[in-house]
Amino acid sequence: MTEALLSVDRLRTYFFTKAGVCKAVDDASFAVDGGEVLGLVGESGSGKSMTGYSIMGLVDPPGRVVGGRILLAGRDLAALPAEEMRQLRGNRIAMIFQDPMMTLNPVLRIDTQMVETILAHEKIPRAAALDRARAALVQVGIPSPDARLKAYPHQFSGGMRQRVAIAIALLNRPDVIIADEPTTALDVTIQGQILYEMQKLTRETGAALIWITHDLSVIAGLADRVCVMYAGRIVEQGSTADVLREPRHPYTRGLLDSVPGNAPAREKLKQISGMTPSLIELPPGCAFRSRCPYATAECEETPEMRPYGAIGQSIRCFHPLSAPTP
Amino acid sequence: METPFRRMLSDFLSSPTAVFGLVLLAAILTVAIAAPFISPQNPYDLAQLDVMDGRLPPGAKTDGGTFWLGTDDQGRDMLSAIFYGLRISLTVGVVSTVVALALGLALGLAAAYLGGRTETVIMRIADIQLSFPAILIALILLAVLGQGMLKIIAALVTVQWAYYARTVRSAALVEKRKEYIEAARCLALPPSRIVFRHLLPNCLPPLIVVATVQVAAAIALEATLSFLGLGLPITEPSLGLLIANGYQYLLSGKYWISFFPGVALLLTIVSINLVADQLRDVLNPRLQR
Amino acid sequence: MSVFIVRRSLQAVLVLFVMSMLVFIGVYAIGNPIDILINPLADQQEREHAIAALGLDRPMWTQYLAFLAGALRGDLGNSFVHNTSALRLILERMPATLELAIAAMVIAIVLGIPLGLWAGLKPNTAAGRTIMAGSILGFSLPTFWVGLMLIMVFSVMLGWLPSNGRGPTTLLFGVPVSFLSLEGWRHLILPATNLALFKLALLIRLTRAGTREALLQDYVKFARAKGLTNARVIGVHVLRNILIPIVTVIGLEFGSVIAFAIVTETVFAWPGMGKLLIDSINLLDRPIIVAYLLVIVFMFIVINLLVDILYSALDPRVRLSEAKG
Repeated sequence: MTEALLSVDRLRTYFFTKAGVCKAVDDASFAVDGGEVLGLVGESGSGKSMTGYSIMGLVDPPGRVVGGRILLAGRDLAALPAEEMRQLRGNRIAMIFQDPMMTLNPVLRIDTQMVETILAHEKIPRAAALDRARAALVQVGIPSPDARLKAYPHQFSGGMRQRVAIAIALLNRPDVIIADEPTTALDVTIQGQILYEMQKLTRETGAALIWITHDLSVIAGLADRVCVMYAGRIVEQGSTADVLREPRHPYTRGLLDSVPGNAPAREKLKQISGMTPSLIELPPGCAFRSRCPYATAECEETPEMRPYGAIGQSIRCFHPLSAPTP
Repeated sequence: METPFRRMLSDFLSSPTAVFGLVLLAAILTVAIAAPFISPQNPYDLAQLDVMDGRLPPGAKTDGGTFWLGTDDQGRDMLSAIFYGLRISLTVGVVSTVVALALGLALGLAAAYLGGRTETVIMRIADIQLSFPAILIALILLAVLGQGMLKIIAALVTVQWAYYARTVRSAALVEKRKEYIEAARCLALPPSRIVFRHLLPNCLPPLIVVATVQVAAAIALEATLSFLGLGLPITEPSLGLLIANGYQYLLSGKYWISFFPGVALLLTIVSINLVADQLRDVLNPRLQR
Repeated sequence: MSVFIVRRSLQAVLVLFVMSMLVFIGVYAIGNPIDILINPLADQQEREHAIAALGLDRPMWTQYLAFLAGALRGDLGNSFVHNTSALRLILERMPATLELAIAAMVIAIVLGIPLGLWAGLKPNTAAGRTIMAGSILGFSLPTFWVGLMLIMVFSVMLGWLPSNGRGPTTLLFGVPVSFLSLEGWRHLILPATNLALFKLALLIRLTRAGTREALLQDYVKFARAKGLTNARVIGVHVLRNILIPIVTVIGLEFGSVIAFAIVTETVFAWPGMGKLLIDSINLLDRPIIVAYLLVIVFMFIVINLLVDILYSALDPRVRLSEAKG
């Protein structure tokens, strides 16, 4: 069996605050191959973005990665010294953020921000770097790239800015791309375009793509595999088709049911009752316990990820849903 | 029960420098208020002064007691002079700040609430005034008005009101746009009630911070003006005038006449600024966790 | 861009006119103009003669026009004490004040920005905390007292530096400056440091606050995600952002430095405009006061205009929106 390109093993990222220890990411394990798209789905506060930052090594104090391994082509990123990690960032692993207005520096020109990404990792002449930047803009479908290079971020529309961010991510032909809700801040029509572009580009370059989102419909159209996160833990993972068709974890079931498109007409919209728990000083046991209609005393033990259901599917639950759902 | 006030108090006290500043400030205020009772000598009672005692270094002894901080050229005990001087400096600083605050508050609220022409006029004047340094405006005013406590307070008020007006107006404008004000208007609450019960309490936090800092600034400004010979008359010497008195003796090595009043001034200003700094962090809603 | 400059310049001229009117009202209408303009030692006949000559018996608006005409010509009256053109006296002293002010600003900038940057990057270290504590001290210390203490320590006790006056001057592009000689430096260093202290503290705090805020921004995270070195993230991304408000503050504070030079010049007997002003106030030489006011107002307006232009040149968002209309 070939080793996956990126393999995360029991990752734990904790924040040590005055109010207590916040377990932002608790025991996350998954793997992604080149050319594959992995979806990381969850509500806000589920730990999905923090997982992405942990892989990139961008966790700021008072947080840090406290356990687990992040293997990129055999190297453990969590154990790398800072300078080596820096050399990998933007180079072998790249990240695309949610709001391009905030992530592009407003007072620097686009060409500056693109060229510096190349020059930080390769010693090539500036003109050559500019050529690559221009080609990257063309690749993401931005017209008149020469004019665009000399422009500033605020002169672009939201969709264009995100394309620039994608172009920057692809500049050094990374092996892994982590996209943290890149289309959430955009119009739905632009969203579709960006999704299509990203899919095409990852297939072309053979990069592994981790797509972080709270929107299940995006995952449905894009991801090969999906991990569902809740309260810092992965509660279900498997191929997208399997998980969406036959979710085994009550939370995933609840998520799917609450999508308005899935609701039968004229019926009350379904919700998951209760609220997400605070991640600070989370009590032991299943985090979903307080909102789960199937919870029993057994759930006061913290469940582990166990295979269940289709091949490649695993869930973290003592009462997995077995009956095919109507 | 954790009320916002209690939380702010505990936030405030969590910084050792702020506590230090508060304690120091309390000590200074006590000294200033109690000056007539705790001074070894009344420095303005000419009968008590003996010119032969003039310019004695710190620790010099006399039949009355010890001149702990030395004497000035008139034979005044520096320690007593400093106590009385603190009194005057603090009085001028606090009074001028309070009056400027009231004036600026009124004008700022009026500008924010009434809008239109009134607002433009008031804020234009404030802006133009703020674009000139305070010392210049105060200097010219005093050059025209002359010396005296009322005049210097008037000058300080003139210099300061614009800060408050601008702070209040910004805060009030933000509040004015919020929905609860529209709701209050829909309920046909009288404007005065809207302003006092709703706009005002939300403008208070930034005001408190500005006012605290401004007290220190006013004290410093008054000291500077007095040093230049334009502030208080010689009959009511603030710390600035005491320092000015000692200027001429500096070159002959009699440093204490200027040094100690300056230290007193410094401690006063530092303690106020330490408290103000912490107040700013505590009252700033954006930094609330 | 040029439209912007023209528009701002017109605004500046307008403000200048308004200020000239205010000064005029202050001198001619509110104060007793006779006392202000005519030497108090003049006798009755001289006074009547002067009143007629100065046109003080004519209607207000004619007087204002005459005042304006005189101002534009450069004639703001003669000093009572020196009996020469008040304006010329002020302008003669301006290079000394400017030299002091510029030296002070340079010290504040060269020390303030790096120190503030350090304090912002490492706020919880001993160095960071010391810098902040020092900055509180810096703007709490009353400038004039610090000046006295500097004289006390460096002139009286240590005898290293002179306690007053300006060093020998040489002409640089026709302007007398003293910083080109060592002796000039010895005289300049104490007053310049004294004047710089307050602004230094201000700049440290400003830079620190700006740095702390900038570090929380997403573009810093993104820059790190691109694998840029820390030096580049701080030196280019953060610095370029925080410099914009800092530069404008520096520009605006420069006017304040010139005003505060009044105090420093008095303490160190530096022969600048400020010292002239204080002397004139004490000697009731009012034409000098009027001349000083107008010159300062003019300088302030020019400085504000330059700062506006500079700000729009530095911040691409402002520049391009102004260009659109």
